[in-house]
Amino acid sequence: MSHTVVETKALEKHYQMGGQHLRALKDISIRIAEGDFVAVMGPSGSGKSTFMNMIGCLDAPSRGQILLQGEALTQLSAAALAKVRNKYIGFVFQQFNLLPRTSALDNVLLPLLYNNTPRDEARARAQACLQLVGLGDRLDHQPSQLSGGQQQRVAIARALVNDPALILADEPTGALDTETGLEVMQLLQQLHQQGKTIVLVTHESDIAAFANRQLLFKDGNLISDRSSIPHSAAAELAILRQQRIKEVAV
Amino acid sequence: MNSLTLLQVAWVALRVNLLRSILTMLGIIIGVAAVIIMLALGAGARYDVDQQIKSLGGNVFVVFARGRFMGGAREASGSSQGLTEMDAQAIEQQIPEVNVATPTLRASGQLIYGNLNWAPEIHGVDNKIYTAQSWELAEGRSFSDTELASAGRVAVIGQTVKRELFGAADALGQTVRVNKMPVTVIGVLKGKGQNTQGNDQDDLIFMPLDTVRKRIAGMTLSSPKAVRSIIVQVTDERDMSIVEQQLDSLLRQRLRISDNQSGFSIRNLAEMVETRSQTMQIFNGLLAAVASVSLLVGGIGIMNIMLVSVTERTREIGLRMAVGAEPRIILKQFLVEAVLLCAMGGLIGLTLAVAVSLGLEHFAGFTAIIQPQVVVMSLGFSCLIGVFFGYYPATKAARMQPIEALRFE
Ligand SMILES: Nc1ncnc2c1ncn2[C@@H]1O[C@H](COP(=O)(O)OP(=O)(O)OP(=O)(O)O)[C@@H](O)[C@H]1O
Ligand SMILES: [Mg+2]
Repeated sequence: MSHTVVETKALEKHYQMGGQHLRALKDISIRIAEGDFVAVMGPSGSGKSTFMNMIGCLDAPSRGQILLQGEALTQLSAAALAKVRNKYIGFVFQQFNLLPRTSALDNVLLPLLYNNTPRDEARARAQACLQLVGLGDRLDHQPSQLSGGQQQRVAIARALVNDPALILADEPTGALDTETGLEVMQLLQQLHQQGKTIVLVTHESDIAAFANRQLLFKDGNLISDRSSIPHSAAAELAILRQQRIKEVAV
Repeated sequence: MNSLTLLQVAWVALRVNLLRSILTMLGIIIGVAAVIIMLALGAGARYDVDQQIKSLGGNVFVVFARGRFMGGAREASGSSQGLTEMDAQAIEQQIPEVNVATPTLRASGQLIYGNLNWAPEIHGVDNKIYTAQSWELAEGRSFSDTELASAGRVAVIGQTVKRELFGAADALGQTVRVNKMPVTVIGVLKGKGQNTQGNDQDDLIFMPLDTVRKRIAGMTLSSPKAVRSIIVQVTDERDMSIVEQQLDSLLRQRLRISDNQSGFSIRNLAEMVETRSQTMQIFNGLLAAVASVSLLVGGIGIMNIMLVSVTERTREIGLRMAVGAEPRIILKQFLVEAVLLCAMGGLIGLTLAVAVSLGLEHFAGFTAIIQPQVVVMSLGFSCLIGVFFGYYPATKAARMQPIEALRFE
């Protein structure tokens, strides 16, 4: 059995909204191993993002336990949680969340500013990550000078820069068209092949098919957990591009 | 995150909203500039007063005869006698704390040299005047005993008189006419410049006491040795009040004036200047206080904009927290931003204050002195304002929950 990156035990999240008690997550026990590529699926409001935020240490569980790299996260201070996120987690958001009017390089650098990586080393690593996502020639571009797909790739570079144990992507293709979405998925698959552990939230089964394992949430319950042989994003991208060329020809 | 990076991040944040940053700074800029200018004018006024007191001598009394010598035109009134040279002698001899007591007379008249004429103050003096009023000779000599005793037709002239009548030419040995009487210039005084009221102190000539009394003022005097005033210099400034009492009783006795009559007045010029300057100081202090209020208002402006900025950048804060910024660092980031705003405002305000002070000095004739401690204090104070008014917005930012901040619309 391979090394466990994150494990939840009877995880619950409750919200109190104007007298109403909402159980957004119900008794979730799950184990994600190193090298997993997990797609979290489910209808809107089923608790996908809530689950994601829990294992990403952005939010504290109401009940139950989370172990990240074998370490229990309960009862950690806000500062300690920040350190954990910095060290172990790389986030990719639907809305990219890049700093405006800040170069791609400086955006990617950001996590390294908070763990006092020496400046030269930080620059070198950020540059390497931008090269990895294919933006080696866009270091000085600001988000407004980049396309959506490029912005998301900057965000992925930022998630990678600290070499985290876990990459969390909440609907990373949600704001992108099919082709750029596929490009992003191709990149994530590449990273997975290089050994990264990735958890991806999506409500499109086409996207979920690029992962090796699918979790299905419904009303806060985990109702299915299965493994599958992933489709290849690269192959689908090639087909899509072929079709495009044909359409233009006709 | 080290301090340099924090500064850089803050700098970038301020530059992104350049116009807003400048407008926010404006309150601090104006406040700091106003405070510094007010304090500079206050210090300048203080300096002027000190200079004037120095030139008058903080240890000098002037005793005037009342109702006696108004340009020699008015006759003596009442029964008391006027002041005389003998009174001056008595003061010097009988009051041990007195260094010198020198009698003076004043007259007006026209000086004519060639086709130029000029009307300075004409003072009848003896040589003690140099000590009593801190005059020095630039060239030539003071009066000889013979000249003093025989009402010699000689004069020592002030710098302004020299400039107006002789220009760059040599004045020594030249003959000028004072009310038609030929007088030889034997000396030129060193310049004292203007006093605080802007009066030229160098527009005067000295002539022997007797010369002025007999040959210029005419015979309207009540006594052959009558003088208009006596300048009394006290050896030690701390003895001023003792000397004042002694002067009063000695003169009452000599002039036969009872306690409830007044035939002379004793004036301490330094004290008069001081009193006037105190009013001015209070006024200046008030203005500085008003200026500090504008600094305070500037601080509130900073707080306001920082609050807006924190709200606007909620998602940024959420993101920074998500990638590992501890609350403490978020707090620092916004605090540094506020302090940087204030510090820059302070610096610009200082520059403005220096420019305005120089302008006031050159074009309006004010003396403005910017003291180094005022510079340090006002810059320090504006940083403090940054900390004080930046703290609340910064805590607000630091207290955000990362997940809520990220979701903020
Ligand atoms: N801060 C909150 N306060 C109250 N209720 C919340 C809060 N956050 C989430 N919820 C509720 O918890 C449930 C799960 O929300 P969550 O965001 O995890 O859904 P999701 O599966 O990510 O949906 P989507 O696909 O629309 O993003 C929803 O019913 C939502 O209304
Ligand atoms: Mg969601």
